[in-house]
Amino acid sequence: MKPFLALVRKDLKLYFTDRRAVVLTFIVPVLIAWFFGAILGGQSGKAKATGIDVIVVDLDSSRLSDEVVSALKRDSNLHVTQATESEARNRVRSGHTPVGIIIPKNFGAEAARVFFRPGLKPEIKLLLDPSRSAIASMVRGILMQHVMETVSKEAFGGSAGKRVIQESLRDLENATNFPGPDRQALLSLLGSVDKWMDRTQTSGNSNQNNVATTGLTIPFGTREEPLTSRAGAVYNGYAHSIAGMGVQFTLMAAIDLAVGLLLERQRGLWKRLRSAPISRRTLLGSKGISIALIAMSSLAFSFFFGIVVFGVQVHGSFAGFLLSLFAFALFAASAGLLLAAFGMTPGATRGLAIPVVLIMVMLGGAWVPAFLFPDWLQKITLAIPTRSAVDALDAMTWRGLGFNAVIVPVAVMLAYTAVFSWLAMAQFKWEAD
Amino acid sequence: MDASILQIRGLTKRYGPLTAVDAISFVLNPGECLGLLGPNGAGKTTTLSMIAGLVTPDAGEVRIQGRPLQTHANDAKRQIGLVPQDLALYDELTALDNLKLFGALYSLDRPSLAAAISGALKLVGLTDRAKSCVKTFSGGMKRRLNLAAALLHDPQLLLLDEPTVGVDPQSRNAIFENISAMRARGKTVLYTTHYMEEVERLCDRVVIMDRGKIVADGTVADLRTQGTNGCRLRLELANPGGGAWLSDLEKTAGVQSCELKGNRLVVAIEDLAGGAAAVLRCLAERGQTIVHIESDRPNLESVFLEMTGRNLRDK
Repeated sequence: MKPFLALVRKDLKLYFTDRRAVVLTFIVPVLIAWFFGAILGGQSGKAKATGIDVIVVDLDSSRLSDEVVSALKRDSNLHVTQATESEARNRVRSGHTPVGIIIPKNFGAEAARVFFRPGLKPEIKLLLDPSRSAIASMVRGILMQHVMETVSKEAFGGSAGKRVIQESLRDLENATNFPGPDRQALLSLLGSVDKWMDRTQTSGNSNQNNVATTGLTIPFGTREEPLTSRAGAVYNGYAHSIAGMGVQFTLMAAIDLAVGLLLERQRGLWKRLRSAPISRRTLLGSKGISIALIAMSSLAFSFFFGIVVFGVQVHGSFAGFLLSLFAFALFAASAGLLLAAFGMTPGATRGLAIPVVLIMVMLGGAWVPAFLFPDWLQKITLAIPTRSAVDALDAMTWRGLGFNAVIVPVAVMLAYTAVFSWLAMAQFKWEAD
Repeated sequence: MDASILQIRGLTKRYGPLTAVDAISFVLNPGECLGLLGPNGAGKTTTLSMIAGLVTPDAGEVRIQGRPLQTHANDAKRQIGLVPQDLALYDELTALDNLKLFGALYSLDRPSLAAAISGALKLVGLTDRAKSCVKTFSGGMKRRLNLAAALLHDPQLLLLDEPTVGVDPQSRNAIFENISAMRARGKTVLYTTHYMEEVERLCDRVVIMDRGKIVADGTVADLRTQGTNGCRLRLELANPGGGAWLSDLEKTAGVQSCELKGNRLVVAIEDLAGGAAAVLRCLAERGQTIVHIESDRPNLESVFLEMTGRNLRDK
């Protein structure tokens, strides 16, 4: 045991004398997690909405189009500016604004008319940046709502609406091809609407629920209820980003530390160590444990920072949280040793490590949440240990799940650790200089 | 029971088509200092690596204190102190931390380790630099620390693989003194080098290797006498004339050959003590006046050259 501990102590000392390595392993993940956490909604779990940039061109300049533009400007989801058509096209083409809206001439008159009568609908043009189609869909929905509200309000209570009703009554009275009972029924309906409009305009009825003053509105509201397993367990974007970035940088650091083993061999130190009465298991095992200790310290530091600065909390089982950290640290160490064993030289190992780490981290959901993957990929990634780590840490932090939730992910990580360690031990070139 | 500390028999190592060590055998007795001499690529380091248990031989056997290395590796390793050719030190750690690590690998308890470190640092003259980072050391200091690290567990057999490579003369002398001190303590030393002067200075016995094979094994004096050309007398004559007397000189007892170029005469003789007087007498009787005379005896370099047709060092 004494040689084993001496070797671990040596590795830890060497590591902590290398300031650059310490900064890369401890500080950089926190900084990047900070950035990603802010994007993912920060401490409240809600990303601060800055409003989608939209440029509006009003070619109509009618009262109705003015009201549509005003409604768009009032919408907190949008940041609306007005411009000429050529300016709008240039801004969207150059990527400065994702969406442009062009309200055509005669929009006000035609929109109210086609609300009740058949005819050519006025066409609102949407100028789109093709690289931001998701934003375009959102803007289309918001525009639909405001146009509907404004035009229906005008149709039921405005002068344009009254004019359309009266035109419709006239046309209906002169129509000869309409069956008698239907014509009578329609004349009665439109006549009632006309009288009702006269009444609301003369009485100044300002009831907020009156369609003449509000137009058609969405007939429901929504209330969001974030679901975590424990009351008071609030989603914290930093918890996920720290898990993701922690996993990524821990894996990278573990591989770099395993490369140290190859450097020791290259420098002849390996020969000296092997000339002592210690086994292969002691030498590789001590390296694995020292890597795992550093990896665990790095992950723990990231979460400690997250707890102190970003209000991250372990809402789930603390034992499960520690076990998840420990299991991933062991996995990272075994992955590092395996890559070193297969890479054989420091350069080749580093070259091999880059794609392996990037793929594992990407599939683990550290960059983008795994639910955005296609269904088949989501199923496959359940067997990826980085995914297990991120899922387990999410479960123990903001999801607030119990210890049971980490059993499967931890088992996956430990199974990989066992296989990778065995392969590394078998593959490592013991006598290579 | 076998009294030798190291016995190797038929030791062979192949790397693909190359036979790095080809069925070599020799014995090293307690307290002896054996020089393993040979040019680069002769198989010295591979031999040492097999003795230290770092490389598995393809054939043959290594016995340390009578016990096979293969089955008693850890016991054997406790008896061996290896000083590898490469500086096996952690530059980022202090000298003390390095020694603590290497001592701990042999499971020394804390007081024994402290005493061993103190003794080793004193021996190599680095006590006052114990807490300095190794990266601040000169090449010679690192070599001495490299040696100290191999002494902590008090090994009976020291394996030194070219321990003076790249050091200044002062550090080289310090290392020689350290080795002599170890010998005085009864340690057995196996020393590889391609510097024959080092072997001549330090070793009781020499094994000369070339292309994986042992080409000579004996004391330095023995090997010198194995040189077929023996000693040489180089003379400058005042007036050698036509050299008609050369045939008489060749017939003189102990003379192997002679050659006259201008007024310079080179005479090869078997033995300097006996042969030189006869040569001088013969020349005097033939009326030759000697202006200048010098002699040289065969060294390991010339013995190696004679045996293998190659120089010990790349020229």
